[in-house]
Amino acid sequence: MNALVELPHPTLVPAETTPLRKLPRPRRRRILPGFPLTLGFAIFYLSAIVLIPLGALLLKCITPTEDYPSVPAVVQHVWEAATSARAFASYRLSFGLSFAAAAINGVFGFIAAWALVRYQFPGRKFIDALVDLPFAMPTSVAGLALTQIFAANGGSIGQWLNHAFGWRIAYTPWGILVALTFIGFPFVVRTVQPVVSSLAVEVEEAAACLGANRWQTFLRVILPAARPAMLTGVMLAFGRGVGEYGSIVFIGGMQPFRNEITPMLIINKLEEYDYVGAAAIGVAMLILSFAIVVAVNLIQALAQRRSSK
Amino acid sequence: MKRATQENPVVKWLLIGVVLVFVLFFLIFPVFVVLYEALRLGVAAYVGALGSPLSISAVELTLLVALLVVPLNTLFGVCAAWAITHFQFRGKALLISLIEIPLWVSPVIGGLVFALLFGRQGLLGPWLDAHNIEIMFAYPGMVLATAFVTFPMVARGLIPLMQQQGHAEEEAALTLGANGWQLFWRVSFPKIKWGILYGMILCNARAMGEFGAVSVVAGSVDNRLTIPLQIEHYFLDFDLQKAFALASALLLLAAITLVLKLVLESRRLAPNLVRPH
Repeated sequence: MNALVELPHPTLVPAETTPLRKLPRPRRRRILPGFPLTLGFAIFYLSAIVLIPLGALLLKCITPTEDYPSVPAVVQHVWEAATSARAFASYRLSFGLSFAAAAINGVFGFIAAWALVRYQFPGRKFIDALVDLPFAMPTSVAGLALTQIFAANGGSIGQWLNHAFGWRIAYTPWGILVALTFIGFPFVVRTVQPVVSSLAVEVEEAAACLGANRWQTFLRVILPAARPAMLTGVMLAFGRGVGEYGSIVFIGGMQPFRNEITPMLIINKLEEYDYVGAAAIGVAMLILSFAIVVAVNLIQALAQRRSSK
Repeated sequence: MKRATQENPVVKWLLIGVVLVFVLFFLIFPVFVVLYEALRLGVAAYVGALGSPLSISAVELTLLVALLVVPLNTLFGVCAAWAITHFQFRGKALLISLIEIPLWVSPVIGGLVFALLFGRQGLLGPWLDAHNIEIMFAYPGMVLATAFVTFPMVARGLIPLMQQQGHAEEEAALTLGANGWQLFWRVSFPKIKWGILYGMILCNARAMGEFGAVSVVAGSVDNRLTIPLQIEHYFLDFDLQKAFALASALLLLAAITLVLKLVLESRRLAPNLVRPH
C-alpha cells in the first residue's frame, strides 16, 4: 500500500521532462592533461597481459588441431574434458573443500576480529599484525611448512595424530583443507574488523536496556550488522581457495578422483600434452569463478541497499 | 564490574584462547617450523644450503623477474588510476572490473593462457618455433605469467586513494601555468608516492612468491627456476635442508613486506584494503 502513496500523481509529472533528454549532452571539457596517454597505455597493457591471453584460452577451445581437425571435433573434446567424471571429481573437491575452509574461517575469523577489536590482552597488536601473514607469505613456503607439520613422518603434530588416532592429514583431502584454511584466514578477519569497530556501543546498550542478555544481543544486534561483511570475507576466501595451487602441490597429493584439485588437473592435462583439455577445464573454472564474483557483488549490493534504507 | 555491554569474563577469555590457539597453530607454528628445519643442522649447513648454485640461480632469476614486473605494473597502476580518477569516460566501470580479473582467476590459469599462446601446441607456437623465439620455459614467459597474477596490485590501492584526494590541487597548478609533467611530478606524485610504494611492496611480495602461474610456464629445467619452484624441486628430491633454507629466504621477504605494510598503514598513508591476492 505504501508503494502507491510514493508514486507521484500522473498529472503532477511535468510533461516537458521527456523531450529534454533528447537534447545533445553538453560536451565535457577535460581540464587535466594526460588523458589519451594514460588511458591508452592502460588499455594497451591490460590487453597485452590479461585480455588477449584470456581470449587465447577461449580461442583454443574452438581452434582445430592435428588431433581434432574440425571445429565440432574440438568443441566435442572440450565438452567431454570439462564434463568428464575426473573433472567433476576435481570440481567437487576444489569447491567443496574451499567452501569448508571458508566456513571454518567464517567462524574463527569472526571470533578473531571480535577479540582483536573488543578485548585487551597481551600480544594483541602482534597477533593483529600476524593476521596478514598468509597474504605476505608465499604459498609454497606455507605448503612446505604445513606438510612438514602434518606429515605422518614429519616428527610433529602429524606424526602424533597418526600414532594416537591413525589419522593422516598430509597427502589426503584433510591436508588440502588445512592449507586452504591457512590461505583464507585473513579475508574474514580483515572484512569483519572494520564493521565490529564501527558498531556503536549505544545500540548494544539499548539492547541491554530492553532486557536482552548478551547472547540475544549478539544474535539479534551484532550478527545482523556484521553478516554482510562476514559473507563477503567468506566469499573472498572461497574464491581464493578454489584457485589455490602453490601450497596444495606440497600437502595435497595428486591422485585423480581422490585428491586432485582442479588447478592440478589443468597442470596434469598440460603435462599429458592435452592442451585443448587443459583449456576446457580452465574455461569451466573461469565460468565458475565468475559466478562467485557475481554472487559477491550481489551480496554487497543487497547489503548496501539494506543499510541505506 | 561487568557492564551490560561486556561478556562474561569466562566467555571473553575463552574467545581469546580460541584465537590464540588458532593463530599459534596456523600462523606461528609454520614460521617456526621453517626456521627450525632450516637451521636444524647448524648455521654452516644452512649457509651451505643457501649458497648452493641452484639456490643462487633461483634467487637471481626471481629478482630479475620482479625487477621487470614490478615497474611495469606500477606504471600501469599509475596510468590506470590517473585516467580513472581524473576523467569521465564511457566504459569506466567496465575498465575497473577488467583490471580486477586476475584477482579472481586461478594463478594456474594465469600461466595456462600463456602456454596456450606460446607453447609448442599453442596458437603462436609454430610461428615462434620457426623464428627461434623462446618464450615458454624461459624468462619472457615467467615475466608474462607473473605480470598477469600481480597485474592489479598497484592500481587497486591507488584508485581509491586518488579518488579520495580529488584533483583540486592539480587544477590549481594548471591555472598557475604548470605543464603536464610539472603537474605530475610536483603536485600529484608527492600526494601518491606512499600509495605507489605500498602497491609496489605488495606487488613485489606476490611476484617473488608466485608459484602456480610460473610453474606452468617454467617447465622443469634446472637453472631456470624461480625460488618457489626451486623449493618444490628440492622437496621432491627429499633435499629438505635446501628446501627449508630457501624457504627461509622467502620468509624474510614476507617479514619485510609485513613490517613495511604496517608502517605505511599506521601512518594512514595507504588505505587498508582487503586484497584477494
